[in-house]
Amino acid sequence: MPSLINQLDTLDRRLIDGYQRGFPVCERPYAVMAGELGLTESELIARLERLQTLGVLSRVGPVFEHTKAGASLLAAVAVPKNEQEAYAELINQAPGVNHNYAREHDFNLWFVMTAADEEQLDKRLDHLEAELDRPLLRLPMLEGFHIDLSFPIPWQELENP
Amino acid sequence: MNQVAQLYMDTEAEQRLRALIEKGLPLTPRPWLTLAEQCGMDETEVRATVERWQSEGLIKRLGLVIKHRPLGIKANAMVVWDVPDDQVVAVGRRLAAERAVTLCYRRPRRLPDWPFNLFCMIHGTQRSRVLMELDSIVMRQELGAIPHQVLFSTHAYRQHGARYISE
Repeated sequence: MPSLINQLDTLDRRLIDGYQRGFPVCERPYAVMAGELGLTESELIARLERLQTLGVLSRVGPVFEHTKAGASLLAAVAVPKNEQEAYAELINQAPGVNHNYAREHDFNLWFVMTAADEEQLDKRLDHLEAELDRPLLRLPMLEGFHIDLSFPIPWQELENP
Repeated sequence: MNQVAQLYMDTEAEQRLRALIEKGLPLTPRPWLTLAEQCGMDETEVRATVERWQSEGLIKRLGLVIKHRPLGIKANAMVVWDVPDDQVVAVGRRLAAERAVTLCYRRPRRLPDWPFNLFCMIHGTQRSRVLMELDSIVMRQELGAIPHQVLFSTHAYRQHGARYISE
């Protein structure tokens, strides 16, 4: 299988490195980005579409500051390892869940619950807790020291693992 | 926190705009115009609203949202620390300044099950590299006396941006 990383050329990498932030808020943003990379607008849009098809690009859009965008909370639950899949599925089906991960710990399922406000958040968590019939570890953020998900892609390390 | 959220309860058109851009901007030559037509504003208003959300800090960043796993950045460690309360802010700031640390939060302990009050994330291409990075952070920041655990993720059942409005 050709590795994904080898399907991204220099321009793709410059696009990813240069535009995880600072998307132009002007009439023809893709034309502006294209100009900086020496492409036409339609070539640039085609590249974005291709990155999306390859599964590298989730979307072009905003990352919201979640303390201002609504209510959210990190929660964990300890479930029997052989039933982990089934519990994860229940969690996925609950409204408001994003980021649902299995981790190596007695608390083996970790997810983020979101809602429009604190009241709805508590209701959603109470409901899910009852459905899982297991206590949730509720871990609200008290203070953020570094809350930006964008970080430099280590291209060289990815090419030479 | 409720009050903060209330401040951003926008007009109905603005809420529609927020729900739309959470899913991603259209890949059309005039994405703001396309959005304007969908949410019932005009294009200038859409751009002004997005710029306001940026300056108010509601939008942290605007651009390409990359999925790291498919690229090969697969090792994802949540490192949790049990820091004495009077040191937790200082330690959080030091961890956050580390290049490899992508997120760093203070959270409450939940005794007796959960003694940890500081969380950080370290992403990398391989477990061994992430663990080496953690070792060097512990040395550099002199955190050897602070108990910590490393929780690698073994599976992502769901990984997408928060959608506060559309659900």
